[in-house]
Amino acid sequence: MKDTLNIAPPVIEAEALDLVFQTADGPVQALKDVNLSIGKGDFVSFIGPSGCGKTTFLRCIAALEHPTAGRLTVNGMTPDEARRKRAYGYVFQAAGLYPWRTIAGNIRLPLEIMGFSKAEQTQRVERVLDLVDLSGFGKKFPWQLSGGMQQRASIARALAFDADILLMDEPFGALDEIVRDRLNEELLKLWARTGKTIGFVTHSIPEAVYLSTKIVVMSPRPGRITDVIDSPLPRERPLDIRDSSQFIEIAHRVREGLRAGHGDEV
Amino acid sequence: MTRALPVLSVILGILAIWYLATVWMNAPWAYDQAAREGRSLGFGALVSDTMAQARPVLPPPHQVAAKLWEGLTAQAVTSKKSLVYHGYVTFRGTMWGFALGIVLGVGLAMAIVRFRVMDLSLMPWAIISQTVPIVAIAPMILAMSNKLGIEGREVPKAVIAAYLSFFPVLVSMVKGLRAPDQMQLDLLKTWGATEAQTFFRLRLPASMPYFFASLKVSVAAALVGTIVGELPTGAVEGLGARMLIGSQFGEPLITWAALFASAILAGLLIVAVGTVERLANSRMGVRA
Repeated sequence: MKDTLNIAPPVIEAEALDLVFQTADGPVQALKDVNLSIGKGDFVSFIGPSGCGKTTFLRCIAALEHPTAGRLTVNGMTPDEARRKRAYGYVFQAAGLYPWRTIAGNIRLPLEIMGFSKAEQTQRVERVLDLVDLSGFGKKFPWQLSGGMQQRASIARALAFDADILLMDEPFGALDEIVRDRLNEELLKLWARTGKTIGFVTHSIPEAVYLSTKIVVMSPRPGRITDVIDSPLPRERPLDIRDSSQFIEIAHRVREGLRAGHGDEV
Repeated sequence: MTRALPVLSVILGILAIWYLATVWMNAPWAYDQAAREGRSLGFGALVSDTMAQARPVLPPPHQVAAKLWEGLTAQAVTSKKSLVYHGYVTFRGTMWGFALGIVLGVGLAMAIVRFRVMDLSLMPWAIISQTVPIVAIAPMILAMSNKLGIEGREVPKAVIAAYLSFFPVLVSMVKGLRAPDQMQLDLLKTWGATEAQTFFRLRLPASMPYFFASLKVSVAAALVGTIVGELPTGAVEGLGARMLIGSQFGEPLITWAALFASAILAGLLIVAVGTVERLANSRMGVRA
């Protein structure tokens, strides 16, 4: 599973990761023996059916859940230490903007919490608004923006404090297909411009194949990795790359992986 | 006009029923008087008599309005006979009780949301407190504050008003402070926000709509509490004292005028709270 192409130490490394939730119905194995290494600048998608642990794994990286066994490091630190070092920005499925703050006010929020100076806050807000193509919308309130624009604002918020890692949990899942295509394209441009390492949870095979340099296929009960595909697609990806035979081939392999993971249940 | 029409028709309906009830309820006394004087009473004479008795069982609206107007304007506002003066006394008591109720309600809600043990131990008592009739508690609070050597009625009145007004604030604020969903709390966690930052930047602003909704109930409750605090014998100031004096001295018009004065005061207070809410809303970017 080690990514041999990367000489630099991995940004995120998981070894024999287990996570068991204690629920009222007894223990639930959310993650079982997860091994994965993510290099700097990788765009990694996690794909699989509900309950396969893809979101749980992302939450482990963000120190929102804590593995019950195994080793997980982020930039060589524990996830909790990495959080204190502002290693990652997190984007949820819902934009989660505060309705009582303007767009600029929302993006400023993590900066206020982290104690950046007023001048630096303003300058950073301007920069990330420009990065997600929302310049001039800073003074608007969230309800004045479309769903896609709100999600872009929430990405800007995650970028504002210069985290190297961007963790995205189905960020475009609630948007319609047309908006989704556009945001995918913009996300790739953003990734190319910033060189961030991105962890991206999705339900959609085309989305995963289009975006990723590495696709992690997962399956449920217990949540585990069934396949890791290193994408041979070039980093520069126009939308019509999705009609190429290479793209269709990878999509096919992902689909096969998902089917195999489901075993006799389907 | 389309909005005023339903309100006007309801008012007209009430006035019509009120006038009919006035004739009906004041008629026995009119008949008694006529019988004592040995004259018979025609319908027209009966109606005009019931509209203008000095001590009617039910005074007609125009008598109440005249008495109210007299109470508001016929003397200096500092006079003991002025409803403006008594209204101000009640208003002051209401504001103290209201402020105390808000502090108590918000404080308890913060404790309940923060500490599970407070949720389990405090909430049931808060609910029980509201099942005890305030008219039973009010004289006890007055007597106790007297025993403690507290001069006058300002403090016990504020306590009684707060006793009623903290509860709506408490219930709404518990709900409001818990309004943020797990995702928003997780997001703050990923930024390493402290508990104080989470409270002031997320929980408190998120609770504001709940807070203002509760204030309208709470300010009315504080007014009722203040008036109840002015009722027990011995009070000489405030709209509650006026109501009691009217009934003790057989002057129903005084009671009714004080009653309407307190209704007007309640209306003004609710309008004031609504104005503050609108100002806060526009600052917090709520869609107009």
